[in-house]
Amino acid sequence: MEQLLSVLKELHPEVDFETAEGLVTGGILTSLDIIALIAEINAAFDVEVSAEEIVPENFDSAKTIWAMVERLMDED
Amino acid sequence: MSFTSGIFLLFLAVLLLLYYLVPGRHQWKLLLAGSYVFYAFAGWSAVCYLLATTLTTWLAAVRVGKKYEDQERWLSEHKASATRDERKAHKAAVKASARRWMLFGILFNFGLLAVVKYTDFVLGNVNGLLGLFSGPQAPLPHFLLPMGISFYIFQSMGYLLDVYRAKYPPEKSLGKTALFVSFFPQLIQGPISRFDALAPSLLSPHKWDGGAVALGLQRVLWGYFKKMVVADRLMAVVNTLSGSPEEYQGLYVLLLMVIYAATLYADFTGGIDITIGVAQTLGVEVAENFQRPFFSKNTAEYWRRWHITMGTWFRDYIFYPASVSKPMMKLTQWCRAKYGLGLAKRASVYLVTMLTWFVTGIWHGASWNFVVWGLLNGVIILVSQELTPLYKRFHERFPALQPTFGYRLFQVGRTFLLMSAVRVLDCYRDVPVTFRAVGSIFTDFDPSILWNGSLLTLGASGSDWAVALCGIAIMIAVSLLSRAESLRAQLSRRSLALRWVLFGALFLAIVIFGAYGVGYDANQFIYNQF
Amino acid sequence: MHTRKKAVLTGIAALLILAVLLLLLQELFRPKYGYGNIPEGTLIADYYDEAGEAGGHDVIFIGDCEVYENFSPITLWEEYGITSYIRGSAQQLIWQSYYLLEDTLRYEKPDVVVFNVLSMQYGTPQSEAYNRLNLDGMRLSVSKIKAVLASMTEEESLVSYLFPLLRYHDRWSELTVRDFTGMFETQSLSHNGFLMRADVKAAENVPTGRPLPSYAFADTCWEYLEAMRALCEREGVELILIKAPSLYPYWYEQWDEQIQAYAEEKGLRYLNFLEMTDTIGIDFSTDTYDGGLHLNLSGAEKLSDWFGAYLAEELGLSDRRGESDTAAVWAEKAARYHAMEADQLRELEEYGYLKSYGAKAPQ
Repeated sequence: MEQLLSVLKELHPEVDFETAEGLVTGGILTSLDIIALIAEINAAFDVEVSAEEIVPENFDSAKTIWAMVERLMDED
Repeated sequence: MSFTSGIFLLFLAVLLLLYYLVPGRHQWKLLLAGSYVFYAFAGWSAVCYLLATTLTTWLAAVRVGKKYEDQERWLSEHKASATRDERKAHKAAVKASARRWMLFGILFNFGLLAVVKYTDFVLGNVNGLLGLFSGPQAPLPHFLLPMGISFYIFQSMGYLLDVYRAKYPPEKSLGKTALFVSFFPQLIQGPISRFDALAPSLLSPHKWDGGAVALGLQRVLWGYFKKMVVADRLMAVVNTLSGSPEEYQGLYVLLLMVIYAATLYADFTGGIDITIGVAQTLGVEVAENFQRPFFSKNTAEYWRRWHITMGTWFRDYIFYPASVSKPMMKLTQWCRAKYGLGLAKRASVYLVTMLTWFVTGIWHGASWNFVVWGLLNGVIILVSQELTPLYKRFHERFPALQPTFGYRLFQVGRTFLLMSAVRVLDCYRDVPVTFRAVGSIFTDFDPSILWNGSLLTLGASGSDWAVALCGIAIMIAVSLLSRAESLRAQLSRRSLALRWVLFGALFLAIVIFGAYGVGYDANQFIYNQF
Repeated sequence: MHTRKKAVLTGIAALLILAVLLLLLQELFRPKYGYGNIPEGTLIADYYDEAGEAGGHDVIFIGDCEVYENFSPITLWEEYGITSYIRGSAQQLIWQSYYLLEDTLRYEKPDVVVFNVLSMQYGTPQSEAYNRLNLDGMRLSVSKIKAVLASMTEEESLVSYLFPLLRYHDRWSELTVRDFTGMFETQSLSHNGFLMRADVKAAENVPTGRPLPSYAFADTCWEYLEAMRALCEREGVELILIKAPSLYPYWYEQWDEQIQAYAEEKGLRYLNFLEMTDTIGIDFSTDTYDGGLHLNLSGAEKLSDWFGAYLAEELGLSDRRGESDTAAVWAEKAARYHAMEADQLRELEEYGYLKSYGAKAPQ
């Protein structure tokens, strides 16, 4: 989780990701951000985030992103 | 059947009457029958294309769904006995066979679309190349493009891909799938609906709800106003200005940019208003396609607010999958190792952005104009992405500027002009002509045409201009008043008499000032051809 | 429940107001035909005011300008005591003639129907403008709808005939005071369907017709002619076919033979006035106002005089000048007729042309 937060911080230093909700629905993360984030996640956690994972429910807060990462790590 | 034809109004009246008379469980069947009656006006060959897409979509989706169902059963049966590796192997096998069905649907439908829409374009270019070496020339087949084919194929393929991604199970009934593909209000020009958003209200029974029907009809009326009073009246000016680019240079091009923006907006959003309004009278919720796009402050925002369902389609089914595809991820890692994080982050995203915009362009039309149009949009978005840090620094220097109304107005105006400049690629006959025309704005600026009477020679009389400009003013006012909530919703809380007066006046305005009847071309909606 | 009732009542009231507004707008936008402005435009509608007038009409004329410019009902009355009405209109096509006849027979049963055969040459709808001139004036009936459906050119639609506002809404930018003052009245220029022109423009160098690839009339035209004959037979009305003495549009010998053959086969009377101009006494240097296209007042009176005698002698139409009710009505008509004649002569004297009667100033 810490690692994820630091990745997010790098993308948007002005956002407090520990509390922020609605990252996608609120328009904080653009599609370009999401792609950059996925590249980071794939490299950092050695998972493969596929296109079907890119739905607002998975990316709307740091918590949901982390839940997705954990699930993907578990599946492998 | 065109929305602005008398026969459509008659069709709609009869359908509405029957819709609320038949038992709820039969309503969707009536909609299906109605949709095919509606589309039959496009000709029998068009109906055949629609049937082909329906059947292949249904078959592929149901087969994919069956594979996943079988997988679930296998997993629950072998919960204890199978090892983790066995489970993984089984899943992989299922995914592979599901993929085959998905690919069958995708290749068939996009192949069909490619053949009817792009054969002429591709062969034309091949001929052009061969011509350079005086080679033989292939004859162009000139397929008749069935109305709305780009829209319903995209909608169907989005559904198939969602089923393949196991987002939701497929619709088993062929009839219900057919209705999803052919639902008449959105068949010709979108929006491109998602199955999980549309199907619940489309397939369920509906009781008469006078309030909802009234709101729907109000929206239909507003759509007709935009389309018939503003768009159809200004279309003549657009055609005149873009038809003779050698004659109309400089300020005329700027004029065309603005007039075409108003015309396309009025035409396209008017059509969508009719679509959503008609659906609403039937109790069906269709996704919004526009969110006051001309108030956007930058290009990326503009594209999140204009033709939304198309933008999200390309994002979800092309941009994201391409971005996270293995080759792209490899490219990212390779760049990262070799050139560092900065380039690594950009390389794949840039590539995929341009790819997405190339496809978006070619989706709009099979011509170089649209290819260039798409690529320009991509470039503009990437450049403004790159300029973001610069803007940030600028605003840190002048913190008082950013929140001012004036600055926001500047941003909105800048985005509007930029998008309008790119959009005129729709109008002119080819790319060089467009570039020369837009260039002439800077070299050949003669403001006297605004008052020396030239405006009256462009296909609209003084009274035409007066009506169109009043119409545009009303559209802007309504847009400004709808910031938080649609004007209709706000009005629904006001007195009934006031609503009758307003919408009665709107109706009379359409009857009198609409550009219809003998003397006017039955202007098809501009977006039909796409 | 209460609010619901109120909403329904408000809705009904609003729809009624809207309907009234639409009707008012329709009257406002409707082209105002009449004096100085396409006098032909009121011809078809004029009939309904007089359809039930005393004694009805012994003779009904149907056809194009070759009837409403060439026959004078007042002369037929004054000389022979025959009452008549001309349901003619500009470039009236044969199916329009047929349905106008159907329409007329709903109001009265004449002894004789006279049809001018010139329109046999047109087998397809011709022009939106003439359709409007000929059909807008018809009262709504099944006949009218059939007439519209038969007449529409490709760009037209039935609904715009049912609600002419849909056709004329464009006129919002050209409305004049006349459109407001003329909303509820029509200015009629006709005398029982006759449009009077007292001016003279002699016929010179009348061109002969160019050879045609085919002289056969269209099947449609024969069908309507036959339908017209059958309708008259059913109703016990004598149908007379005529070709008015207008010099052009050119009436081909080959056409004449076909009509003659048809009339003979069906036992109809057919009068080709082109061959009788000498007998009738028509002089094309004085009896036409546009060089032979149409007769003027003097020509129309000569032709009517001859035709009245024919109707009385050959068909035995009786002289009704003794019927006091009828005579009273027609005396009024005759007075109006002679007043207009005097006014036209005055205008010719004063301006040199018929300023208020749709004539153009001489160049």
